[in-house]
Amino acid sequence: MKKQKKLGKDRLTWMYTQMVRIREFEEAVKRAFIEHPGAIRGHAHLGDGAEASIVGSLSTRNDDDFVMPSYRCHGYPIVLGTPLGKMMAEIFGRKDGLCKGFGGSMHLADPANHFPGTSGIIGQSIAHATGAALTAQVKKAGQVVYCFFGDGAAKQGAFFESLNIAAVWKLPIVYILENNQYQAYTHFSLEDANAIAGDPLSKKAEAFSIPGVTVDGTDPLAVYKAVDKAAERARAGKGPSLIESKFYRLSAHGNVITVPPLPTQFPEHEAVAVYGNKAEFAKWKSKDPVAKFRAKLLKDRLLTEASAKRIEDAARAEVNDAVQFGLASPSPAPEEALNYVYA
Amino acid sequence: MAREMMYGDAIAAAIIEEMQRDPNVVFYGQNMAMTERDPMLKKFGKDRVRLAPISETAEIGIGIGAAMTGLRPIVELWMSEFMLVAFDQVINEAPRFHYMSGGQVKVPVVLKAGYGFCAGWAGQHSNCIYHTMMGIPGLKVVVPSTPADAKGLMTAAIRDDNPVVYLHPYMLTLDKGEVPDGEYVVPIGVADIKRTGSDVTLVAVGWMVKKALAAAERLAEEGISAEVVDPRTLAPLDVKTIVNSVKKTGRLVLVDQAPRHSSAAAVIAGEVAEHGFEYLRAPVRMVTALDTSVPYSEPMENFILPNEDKIIQAVKSVMAHDAVAA
Repeated sequence: MKKQKKLGKDRLTWMYTQMVRIREFEEAVKRAFIEHPGAIRGHAHLGDGAEASIVGSLSTRNDDDFVMPSYRCHGYPIVLGTPLGKMMAEIFGRKDGLCKGFGGSMHLADPANHFPGTSGIIGQSIAHATGAALTAQVKKAGQVVYCFFGDGAAKQGAFFESLNIAAVWKLPIVYILENNQYQAYTHFSLEDANAIAGDPLSKKAEAFSIPGVTVDGTDPLAVYKAVDKAAERARAGKGPSLIESKFYRLSAHGNVITVPPLPTQFPEHEAVAVYGNKAEFAKWKSKDPVAKFRAKLLKDRLLTEASAKRIEDAARAEVNDAVQFGLASPSPAPEEALNYVYA
Repeated sequence: MAREMMYGDAIAAAIIEEMQRDPNVVFYGQNMAMTERDPMLKKFGKDRVRLAPISETAEIGIGIGAAMTGLRPIVELWMSEFMLVAFDQVINEAPRFHYMSGGQVKVPVVLKAGYGFCAGWAGQHSNCIYHTMMGIPGLKVVVPSTPADAKGLMTAAIRDDNPVVYLHPYMLTLDKGEVPDGEYVVPIGVADIKRTGSDVTLVAVGWMVKKALAAAERLAEEGISAEVVDPRTLAPLDVKTIVNSVKKTGRLVLVDQAPRHSSAAAVIAGEVAEHGFEYLRAPVRMVTALDTSVPYSEPMENFILPNEDKIIQAVKSVMAHDAVAA
């Protein structure tokens, strides 16, 4: 079934609600490092700052379209309706987790919601998303694939190979290059040829003779407009597009990498911690997409202080329940590790 | 009913039959289906049979993503070494998703490639890389050695819900053998005793099965009865059939086209050392390629590869050990 495409009050309120749910979830994951030490193992990557980009993109989606991002993957299933408790339990490595504790933060999967899974190896999932587009094309079900990846991934061979094949085969896929400005700890201006030449990263589309645009990824309506056009193009059989959605990752790349038993936690953002650039961080913090969209909806009288607060309180309560659900869930039995080696 | 068929044609027969049976099977690769005259293209159409650009990472990654979402792709990679360009996809993507998703996702993709083309292709196109994939949980690796197994294992690989690396020894492509008509499935994970014997077990992989069988013929003339076991599947490995054979013969010679430490033979020797030590009447012997790259020039290439004489020599040495020990 086709989602309502006209962005009326209800739809805009829904979009704001999803952005708040993502933000609250990511804040809770971050707090868990302090409030529940040891609950999260390994490496967790947060999507705060990406809310407008994620929600603006997915608002254009039909219910059966595939969503295939990278390992920075919490935000997308939240929008798709995956229960937050199961997500948090997975991030805590518990039995009731989305993947029963086998995947963790980097590998959430909810195929029932058209979210088949994510790879932790940068760029490689672009090829998998392209494969999902092959499925969509062969099965002729009118599906489109939403493929999300970072600015770092756009330097990987998988990116170039996949976009070339998608263009050759006219696959129904939208490539959303989330330029959050840092590949792990490296600023994109240090490693991207287009950036160094003063060009937008969407210029890479020219190499494949496909449409390429750059949008303000802190504005969900701008993202919506660009992605909707690309998705409709893909659905019409005209092939892939590349959209650079430019925003700013508001947290560090991930929690600090430490060896047990040292406690792990979220460090300061690379802009400050590595580059000593407090001004840059402050500038982008002032463009916080959630706060900006809230202000816009208030200004347009589509939300009131009271209705906005109700949305935010509800999201906070939902996320709090998710944390409690995760903490209450037992760890898997050790020997369960022998399951799922082969299908 | 069965009929004589070349090894290469037997693989094609399995692919065609499975594509006729299941509309979710798709087939693509480099340098195929380039013109409308292509018979596969004619039969199945351009959605299901495709020419891919020379992009192994994307070809294999697309196969994985398509498999995760409902297709059963066969990716034609031609030579196993080309997979090395995209090894992340082979060993750190395809076999991980079922496990990492807690069993929610399946990746039924077949990665088809020839290997061990020892016919003057020198150092980069003649290798055996199966050892690198044998120890990856979630990945299946099959190496058929006869036309019948080539058909039956391809059918099984396409129907399997896991990623399967299907490796065919290029040197067997033109070999002929009886192949059953119609649906024919050789189960993955089951070794085959290609020749029964009582004095010594020869476990050989791929092309080497043919050489081991030829050596066994000559040994029989000298009164030595060799049993030839073909694992057919390297992962998961049928250790039980191998150990049972060793239990019967008491002696083991492993024949493998790969260099010693990157051979399947090394893994099998380890399994027999742990699970079959009490049955051994002589030390295990490995007849493998010598520890060099594969040279271009023919006399050098022949020198480094296993052959019938080397197998016979190894068998005689384990028989002699027994005599000394007695």
